[in-house]
Amino acid sequence: MTSTAPFGARLDDVVVRFGASRRMLANGTLVKDEAGTALDGASVEIRPGTITGVLGRNGAGKTTMLSLLAAFTRPTSGTVVVGPEGAQEDPWENSWITSGTQLVRESGDLMTDEKVSASLTYYADMRPEWSAETAERLLDLFEVDVRKKPSALSRGKRSAIGATLGLAARAPLTIFDEVYLGMDAPTRYAFYDELLADYAAHPRTILLSSHLVEEVERLFEDVIVIDSGRVLLAEPADEMRARGFSLTGSKDAVERLVAGRRVLHRQQLGTTVQVTLEGSLADDELAAARTAGVEVGAVPVQDLFVRLTDPRGVAS
Amino acid sequence: MFDGPEPIYVQIATWIRAQVLAGELGEEEQVMSTTQFATTFRINPATAAKAFSGLVEEGVLYKKRGVGMFVAAGARERLLEDHRKRYFEDVLAPVLQEADVLGIPTDEIVAYVLGTGGRQASGTSTKEES
Repeated sequence: MTSTAPFGARLDDVVVRFGASRRMLANGTLVKDEAGTALDGASVEIRPGTITGVLGRNGAGKTTMLSLLAAFTRPTSGTVVVGPEGAQEDPWENSWITSGTQLVRESGDLMTDEKVSASLTYYADMRPEWSAETAERLLDLFEVDVRKKPSALSRGKRSAIGATLGLAARAPLTIFDEVYLGMDAPTRYAFYDELLADYAAHPRTILLSSHLVEEVERLFEDVIVIDSGRVLLAEPADEMRARGFSLTGSKDAVERLVAGRRVLHRQQLGTTVQVTLEGSLADDELAAARTAGVEVGAVPVQDLFVRLTDPRGVAS
Repeated sequence: MFDGPEPIYVQIATWIRAQVLAGELGEEEQVMSTTQFATTFRINPATAAKAFSGLVEEGVLYKKRGVGMFVAAGARERLLEDHRKRYFEDVLAPVLQEADVLGIPTDEIVAYVLGTGGRQASGTSTKEES
């Protein structure tokens, strides 16, 4: 068992800006480049002991948020606290918190000039809960040759090492930031299976960001969606799934059921229409749908995510 | 598996109930642990646990401390009774309504049921519909 309780985390109105820079044009005038804003007033709470999915489009601020939690970045303004329930602290230069937080980035964070085994020794020394047995088993499963340097390995193998480090660390807060990149499908599924099994045996807080929403959505207990530097929603995955439903059937029957609801998506093939709607159906409406031969379906988290973060807004 | 419109934990509960109904899970038989369930179907263990605790409340399963979850005695009989009650309303009513829309006369339906041995068909339909 993990001796430290799972970490939760909380962001309050966090802004992260990259420094503004000045540059001189050829004619001698100075222009000031606007500072980039990675997070723009993000507030969210991460429940300890959950597997939480962090979803967002490219550049939405996912990596910045995850880096804040691991104290790789400092907020420009706002507060970040991480730690077990009732004892959350600012993670910045806080060795007690950071020793319990393992961030695995896409790069794998391996020592490039050393054999993989050297990086493993380093992480083993740094993480109080390190499981050498898990590390060995996973490296064997992923067929990684630890005598090689990271540069001699494929991207997929480097990602597999990152996944191994993250799981073997058994950190009370474990963060996988797009760690799947370069892994082939069998390796990814093996990773998901190992993650679930290890999480069940050693409960902790796991954050997982991924673009492969369809593959990972069922792993999540909670979901956070970040859009343009803000937290669009943070809630249990079941609640997110209940945000929408789909209706498929003849045009007239479907339109009658749509009645005033917000349509997230509409597809038509001949006289058959499929609409994705916000909200849910009441029992009598469900019965009416069934009677009218309209099929009521779930909307995958993937589709809800795409619709909710669509900059063009939603179809009406 | 489990990609219907209801929350996943509801679908898991439905699936286990169907297994008990069909006799695939016998009374006093141990069911998969939440961990086994989570890793087998690649779902969050908390989701599986939620389904199981719901079934414990219903009296379909019971917990043996430190051992696992088991199918309760009399669970199948209670589920049968419950599903039989709902069969007419949930399964048959929509079918008859559809027949009405299509203009199929009642005596034709009765003749079909009597002529083709509805018994075989009913066994599978409860499973799918539950």
